[in-house]
Amino acid sequence: MSAAPILEVHGLTKHYPVRKGILFSREVGRVRAVDGIDFSIGEGETLGLVGESGCGKTTTSRLVLGLEAPTAGDVLLEGQSWQGLSGQDKQDYHAKVQAVFQDPWSSLNPRMHVGEIVGESLRIAKWGTRAEIDERVAALLVEVGLRPEHARQYPHEFSGGQRQRIALASALAIEPRLIVLDEPVSALDVSIRAQMMNLLKDVQEQDNVAYLLVAHDLATVRHMSEWTAVMYLGQIVEYAPTESLFEQVRHPYTKALFSAVLPDHPDRQEEGIVLTGEVPSPLDPPGGCRFHTRCPFAMDICSQVAPALTESDSGHLAACHLEE
Amino acid sequence: MDSAPVLEVRNLHTHFFLRRGVVKAVDGVTFSLRRGEVLGLVGESGCGKSLTALSILRLLPQAAARTIEGSVLLDGEDLLAKSPGEMREVRGQRIAMILQDPQTSLNPVFSIGNQLHEALARRPDGSGRSLKERAVDVLRRVRLAAPEQRVGQYPHELSGGMKQRVVGAIAISCAPEVMIADEPTTALDVTIQLQYLDLLKELQTSLDMGILFITHDFGVVARMCDRVAVMYAGRIVETGPVREIFDNPVHPYTQALIASVPKLRRKTGRLRAIEGQPPALSELPAGCRFADRCPHVEPRCIEQYPEAVSVGESHSASCWLAA
Repeated sequence: MSAAPILEVHGLTKHYPVRKGILFSREVGRVRAVDGIDFSIGEGETLGLVGESGCGKTTTSRLVLGLEAPTAGDVLLEGQSWQGLSGQDKQDYHAKVQAVFQDPWSSLNPRMHVGEIVGESLRIAKWGTRAEIDERVAALLVEVGLRPEHARQYPHEFSGGQRQRIALASALAIEPRLIVLDEPVSALDVSIRAQMMNLLKDVQEQDNVAYLLVAHDLATVRHMSEWTAVMYLGQIVEYAPTESLFEQVRHPYTKALFSAVLPDHPDRQEEGIVLTGEVPSPLDPPGGCRFHTRCPFAMDICSQVAPALTESDSGHLAACHLEE
Repeated sequence: MDSAPVLEVRNLHTHFFLRRGVVKAVDGVTFSLRRGEVLGLVGESGCGKSLTALSILRLLPQAAARTIEGSVLLDGEDLLAKSPGEMREVRGQRIAMILQDPQTSLNPVFSIGNQLHEALARRPDGSGRSLKERAVDVLRRVRLAAPEQRVGQYPHELSGGMKQRVVGAIAISCAPEVMIADEPTTALDVTIQLQYLDLLKELQTSLDMGILFITHDFGVVARMCDRVAVMYAGRIVETGPVREIFDNPVHPYTQALIASVPKLRRKTGRLRAIEGQPPALSELPAGCRFADRCPHVEPRCIEQYPEAVSVGESHSASCWLAA
């Protein structure tokens, strides 16, 4: 890891109890949404978090944002945990970690004009006088490719791509160290996605902000991130520098994800591992390696012992018995 | 693949008549679909691709939307001239449709079996088998695991991928000649998406259907389609065989769409984005609708709309540069 870590995540776990009975007093099970994951993000770097729906990537991003308390483990931002923080300290944490969500149609308050949306965090933080905030908002709108006069318009007057720019401007307002990008382009039209990805890269270069990119599209992750982590049923199964991962995939699940990528040309159909069946329930994940029920290479040991993440060359980690 | 077209759409115009003006959502769309072929209708949201599908089935969303011109020929019969009663015989039986979100296309209060019976009862197969037996049979054809149990289950008991298979089962239950699939895999996970696309392809071959596949994803096109029609702001700007479109795209919009997608196989530098946005459908320019985003724009592009010209074998494009 070249840069000093901005974010460190240690043994992060989130279980949701499932209750039944009178007044839901009896715990009958636990949804193991995130089950002991470790990763870190360097200053100004991007980590791509990939996996199918239900693998825990959104829960991970909510834990990093401090929107939910972990069952176990810790999230450290610049070496400091947000757990136990209160008052001003907690507000400072939230200021350093911002988010851009998938759907720009629901993430912007329709009753606030763009200037209020972008300037909201500045007003809460008592960043400056009204005139100073207006000036900063104008500068932010220019930075994301909009015009200062857009500040007086309402979200419904903008297209999806422009709304996502507004969401980014409001995330950038308070100069965060890390922005959680939860599927930032998947709700946008194809012709607009490239604009947004270019903008995200420009902003990162200019402001030296780190990104936690939650995405399901591998090509987007390759384009955007320095590091990639692949999640399956609440655990990280492969974690590597992006170029190393895309050159040499080690985990069978990652291989299957690559095989499921649609071709970029009709004559280049991927013939690899085609998974059958669906992801097991996180309420009762399979023992041993969680992927063994769908893995074409499963051996006896896979159903009994959970494989640990092991390193091959320079930081490329994979959790698979075949690799040992 | 020289069979006669099963579905022909000619110069279709569907407009919304609103108080603030006329929105020309579908504005002169022409294409044909042959038996046993998958035609991809590709475009961004708002380009009119879904409204084209709804116009074919005459299921226009509001009283304000009307098809004012053109024809839709199914085996040579004009659907736009049919009575509402005759149209009911077409929908579901001769033209089936699969929508994007299986969550909303199934009725939550009826069992899977019940929803299949509704479709199956309209076309007795003469075998004397019970509806339940036929429902199990059709679920088996869409490769749903344990079909005998599924018929008694309700939509909420199934995952998204399984629900979309049920939707597919309903669609093929009357052995339609044409299937319209409107982004059927957008709501599914990547590994499930591939399974579903392969299933549709298999059903298409075994039933000899024509599929009109609406999508915005060129990856889906590369996997599924035999021919492609690219739509922009209410019109088809380029159409051709799938390999031609990928290897030799002629219209600048098609070129830009293909170039703007990041590649999996190699690290891409800065993406070639298409700047700007599509024009408002209520204030369409007289000339080419892509002109203000096009890198090769010329004065005549703004003055006059380029008619489609042939640029290769069954490959045509509406661009002055190709003319």
